[in-house]
Amino acid sequence: MSSRELILGRVRRALADVQQDDTPYEQAVPRSYLREHGGLGVEETVELLAENLADYRAIVHRTDTAGLAGVIAGMLAAHGSESVLVPPGLPEEWLGVTEVPRVHDSAASTAHELDRVDSVITGCAIAIAETGTIVLDGSPDQGRRRITLVPDHHICVVRVPEQVVSSVPQALERLDPTRPLTWISGPSATSDIELDRVEGVHGPRTLEVVLVTASED
Amino acid sequence: MSGTYLGMPAFPKAAHEAVHNATLRGNLRHATHTIRGKRAKAVAEMSDWAELREAGKLIKDHTLRHLDRYLVQLEESVTAAGGTVHWAVDADEANRIVADLVKATGETEVVKVKSMATQEIGLNEALEAEGIHAYETDLAELIVQLGKDRPSHILVPAIHRNRGEIRDIFAREMSEWGRPAPEGLTDTPAELAEAARLHLREKFLRAKVGVSGANFMVAETGTLVVVESEGNGRMCLTLPETLISVVGIEKIVPTWQDLEVFLQTLPRSSTAERMNPYTSTWTGTTDSATADGPSVFHLVLIDNGRTDTLADEVGRQALRCIRCSACLNVCPVYERAGGHAYGSVYPGPIGAILSPQLRGTASEVDASLPYASSLCGACYEVCPVAIDIPEVLVHLRERVVQGGPVTEKGNKVVLKPAKGHAAERAAMRAARWAFSHPGALRTGQRLASRSRRLHPRTLPGPGRAWSATRDLPTVPAEPFRDWWQRTNGGKGMSK
Repeated sequence: MSSRELILGRVRRALADVQQDDTPYEQAVPRSYLREHGGLGVEETVELLAENLADYRAIVHRTDTAGLAGVIAGMLAAHGSESVLVPPGLPEEWLGVTEVPRVHDSAASTAHELDRVDSVITGCAIAIAETGTIVLDGSPDQGRRRITLVPDHHICVVRVPEQVVSSVPQALERLDPTRPLTWISGPSATSDIELDRVEGVHGPRTLEVVLVTASED
Repeated sequence: MSGTYLGMPAFPKAAHEAVHNATLRGNLRHATHTIRGKRAKAVAEMSDWAELREAGKLIKDHTLRHLDRYLVQLEESVTAAGGTVHWAVDADEANRIVADLVKATGETEVVKVKSMATQEIGLNEALEAEGIHAYETDLAELIVQLGKDRPSHILVPAIHRNRGEIRDIFAREMSEWGRPAPEGLTDTPAELAEAARLHLREKFLRAKVGVSGANFMVAETGTLVVVESEGNGRMCLTLPETLISVVGIEKIVPTWQDLEVFLQTLPRSSTAERMNPYTSTWTGTTDSATADGPSVFHLVLIDNGRTDTLADEVGRQALRCIRCSACLNVCPVYERAGGHAYGSVYPGPIGAILSPQLRGTASEVDASLPYASSLCGACYEVCPVAIDIPEVLVHLRERVVQGGPVTEKGNKVVLKPAKGHAAERAAMRAARWAFSHPGALRTGQRLASRSRRLHPRTLPGPGRAWSATRDLPTVPAEPFRDWWQRTNGGKGMSK
């Protein structure tokens, strides 16, 4: 007998005492917990996102679409970056002001090449206010997972309010499980030494999040 | 389980040594109290915590009662997404599968995400025996691996070490494994983390094979989830060409939506954060055009005692565990004894019920684990999936003392009562007889009261071990029943 058959057989025998129950799953588990907490308005939700991001040591900036390129140029300059990694679908205008040389990610670029880049800029799929989390799903403006991992400085642009949700349940509804997803809450951190929190181990030590509203014309 | 902890003394002896180690107790007290307080705050932010806990419990119970169906569904969805599923009955089979998969790649080293399942089966040692080096990449696991030590906590395996000890381990051992520690390394956590970053980065960047566990597997979509903080997990899950995930069969949730419960309860229960810094999900392999992540993915599903645990009506609830470690941090016994005393990769209250079920209660250490508790119930209070740990502890004590039917390796067997509990059983038999013979009970009680001046302070013979750590109750001057009759049930309280 294969191990597969052996294990499945053991599971069935182990459950011999359990009564047959064919209730469909949607009804079997009542979900009386909340879809979101607090019932905040749009502005308050964005405010909560900013607060919770900052609480986990992400640096938060706020601007409108007209000011975005300037803010990005400022961040790269302040960080002293000499190269910036760009996913294939990043809007051109985001980098309209900065002169920092771009590195375009391609399937051929190795981890060692990525390790030599100073900063990376991406968009995101969604941001969760209650937990201070941004989620990347590998769309063209976010690129492969490795590009937001190896460089030490990650700049992430969140369009508000359309990319902001309040809660984890709302986020999962809008995400596609077949895509490779990365949820990021603040920069890399460890509490393994005497439970003292230290930012930055293997992932980027600096995470900057730009909350961008549409400009009024 | 594997022989990693073979030869461990029973809990009382191991704990006795641990409580006399002042450094260990200091480190543990500081750590558990810090996280305990933070956790309470993080949980208080959620007004629907009770409902989330109940939903988590129900989801896991439902999954367990239909586990065969969900395992088959998971296998189908992982396969459809380009992964390969392997099944392992026990630790040896799992280790053999992983070793063969690594050998097939032609590589002799792998990078590892922290994983309880691979520790449980002793994967690192098994790979080493096959000439494959497995590098732990979680900072705490690195400290444990470099220190040739054993993990002592589910979430922070090096919780028993303080910064000075960690500095010494890094300075002494890093050069043996790769990039040495920087000159003049101090004991500040930031510098130690930086040393780990430099040491491990060269391994990440050249790794071709990654090995992980998973926090959750979604049957409906074939998605695996790893929750972590440092980014070492992302490194291992993203950079290698081949990814091998070793996961216990109980880690399934039925639907994608179910993650909304556990991604809210797990971080707050374990690290006391609203959300852990990084969560990665992957579904099979990605197509070669995007090359985002490993192009080859293997999932090794392990039983290793889980189906035996599932067969126990009371004990099966231990399989709901999501390894958050909240129960360790509130446990007064863990806080004083430390994780090593439990003699398994699963320490603390959850370990006290999980290990004797996964491994059986035949060994001295496993038979002692159900007693490694004060039954105070704090572990049940904090458990995000409401495992009634005290209930299972009492159930397992009964099994150890009285024996009875259990399932071992899929077969029903009848356990003999454990040795060393003969006096307890004799006392219980005597008590049963006395309580069913009121006349004898009355005479015995009167006799006990009248002879109270002659009672010893410690028990003689085999009872001495028990009374060495406990005060014997004093016998009242008058049996309760005599008092009741004399005072007319307390109404005529005159003396």
